Amino acid sequence: MTAIGSAKKPSASTLGSVSPRRKLTDRAVQGLVYLSFVLAMIPLVSVLWLVITKGMARFDGDFFSKSMNGVAGRDEGGGAYHAILGTLEQVAITTAIAVPIAVLTAIYLVEYGRGKRLAKAISFCVDVMTGIPSIVAGLFILALWLLTFGFSYSGFAGSLALAILMMPTVVRATEEMLKLVPNDLREASFALGVPRWRTICFVVLPTALTGIITGVMLAVARVMGETAPLLLTIFVTKSINENPFEGPQGALPTFIWDQAADPNSTAIDRAWTGALTLILLIMLLNLAARLIAWLRRPARR
Amino acid sequence: MSTGRFGDRLFVLGTRGSGILLLVIIVSIGAFLIWKAIDALQANEANFLTSQVWNPNGRPPEFGIAQLAFGTVMSSFLALIMATPVAIGIALFTTFYAPRRLAAGLSYVVDLLAAVPSIVYGLWGLTFLVTKMDDVSQFLNDYFGWIPLFGGDSVGGRSIFTASVVLAIMILPIISSISREVFAQVPTANVEAALALGATRWETIRIAVLPFGRSGMISAAMLGLGRAMGETIAVAMVLSSAAGISLHVLRDGGGTIAGNIANSYAEVTPISQGALIASGLVLFAITLVVNMGARAIVARRKEFV
Repeated sequence: MTAIGSAKKPSASTLGSVSPRRKLTDRAVQGLVYLSFVLAMIPLVSVLWLVITKGMARFDGDFFSKSMNGVAGRDEGGGAYHAILGTLEQVAITTAIAVPIAVLTAIYLVEYGRGKRLAKAISFCVDVMTGIPSIVAGLFILALWLLTFGFSYSGFAGSLALAILMMPTVVRATEEMLKLVPNDLREASFALGVPRWRTICFVVLPTALTGIITGVMLAVARVMGETAPLLLTIFVTKSINENPFEGPQGALPTFIWDQAADPNSTAIDRAWTGALTLILLIMLLNLAARLIAWLRRPARR
Repeated sequence: MSTGRFGDRLFVLGTRGSGILLLVIIVSIGAFLIWKAIDALQANEANFLTSQVWNPNGRPPEFGIAQLAFGTVMSSFLALIMATPVAIGIALFTTFYAPRRLAAGLSYVVDLLAAVPSIVYGLWGLTFLVTKMDDVSQFLNDYFGWIPLFGGDSVGGRSIFTASVVLAIMILPIISSISREVFAQVPTANVEAALALGATRWETIRIAVLPFGRSGMISAAMLGLGRAMGETIAVAMVLSSAAGISLHVLRDGGGTIAGNIANSYAEVTPISQGALIASGLVLFAITLVVNMGARAIVARRKEFV
C-alpha cells in the first residue's frame, strides 16, 4: 500500500504554487472520498445498533432453552433452541461434507494438475460455483434430493445445499495457502525418498494448516447466515428435531424469517434476538479465525 | 519420485476424483434444473419468456418470467449504480487517504458489512429502512417526478427502489475489496512519477491509479452485479409483491426471480415447484453470463488474480 502525498511538500518559492483550481479539485475529491466511507458506515452502524438494542429485549434464558412449539406469534416467551440446535448440526454436517472434497480438490489443482486441461476445467468450475446464487443451490438440492431421490425435507438436505456454497470458498482459500508453501520443503522431502502423497500429507499440509483452518472458519461463518437454500430444503418447523436426517428442522435464519413475517411485536422481538444470536455466532467464528491466523502466522515475515 | 507406489496412486485418484466431483456437481445443477422444469414448462399455457403472469397453480397453469426478470435486472442495476462510486471511493480512501496505521482496521470494518447475513439486512430493511424510504421516495417523487424512473402516483417504501438500496449496501464490500486489491497493485513507480511531476493527490489517482485499475474495477462491479441478482432473502422481505412491469421504481411492489422463489417455497404441487425451478434456471443462466463476463475481463488483463 502506498500513501500518496506523505512526502514533505517542497517550498512554494522554488517550484511555484499549485493553482487554486487544481487545489480546489483536489480538496473536493478528498471530501467525496471521505464522504463515501462515512456513507458506508451509516448502514453498518444502523444495522448493528438496531440488532443489539432490539435483540437484547429477548436475550434471556428462555430464548436459549425453549422452542416455539405451541407458541403463537402474539404470545410472550418461546425460544430458538430448536433453531440454534438445527443450525449447529447443519453447519457441522456441511463442514464434514465440504472440507474434505474442497481440500482434496485444492491439492489436485496445486500439486498435481499444474497446466493440465482437467485442472483448468476444474478451476473454471470453482469460479462458476462461487457465483451460484444461494437459492439456485437450494433449488438444485430440491430437484435432486427431494424430487428425484424422493427423500423428505431434512437438516441433511439443507447441509447438502450449504456444502455446494461452501466448497468453492474453501478450495480457493486452500489453494492460496498451498501455493505459499515453499518448494524447497517439497524438494527436501523428495530428496529423502519420501513418496509424494506422504510429502503432501505430512509436510505440505501441516505447513499450510493454519491458513486452511482460517479459510474454513470464514467459509463456515458465511454459510451459517444463508437462508434461501434452507427454506427449500429443511422447511420450517417450530418444534425441536434433534435428528438432522429426518423431518423438517429449524435453523436460525429460517427462524428469523418465520418470526419477521409475523406482524406481532412479540414475534418481531424474537426475530431481532435471533438476528443478534446469529451475528454473535458469525462474529465469534470470524474473530477466532483471525486470532488463529494471527497467532500462528508463518515465520517468513 | 516413485509415482508407481500404491499409496501415491490412491492419493492421486482421491484428489482427482474430488475435482471431477465438482465438475459433476456443476453439470448436474444445470441438468437437473432443466429436467425438473420441463414438465411444468410443457403444462404452461402462457409464453414462459414474455408473459407477466405468475399463476402456476391456476387451471390451466400460466406463468412467465418477464416481470420477475425485469425486477431482478432493474433492482440489481440500480444497486450497482448506487454502490460502485461509493465502493471505489472507499477503496481509494483505505488505500491512499486513510492514515496508513488505520488503513487495515478501516478496511476490516468495511468488510464487516459482508459478514452481516442477508436475513439480518432483510429484517433491518423490513422494520427500519422501509419506513425511512417512505419519506425519501415521497421527496424524490415530488421534486424529481419528471424523471420517468421516479414518476408515478402511488409511492411507497416497499418498492424496487428500497430493495436496490439494500442490495447496494450488500454488494459494497465485494466491490470495494476487489478494487482495493487492484489499487494496491498499482506500481509504485507510476505513482511516484506522477508525484514527481507535481501532480496533486487527485491528479495522481486520475493519471496513475484509475487507468491502471480500470479493468479490475469493471470486473469488480460485474461480480457485485452477479451477487445482487442472486440475492434472495433481503429482497423478498423488503418487497411487497404486485403484478406488472413498471418503470416507476418508487411504486410499492414488484418482484425478483430469487425473491419469488423464497416467497413461494411452501408450494408443493409438481407444477408450481417445476415453475420455480424453471425460474431458477433463468436466474442461474443470467448470473452465469454476468460472472463469466467479469472473469473474462480479469483474464484478459492479468494484473491481479
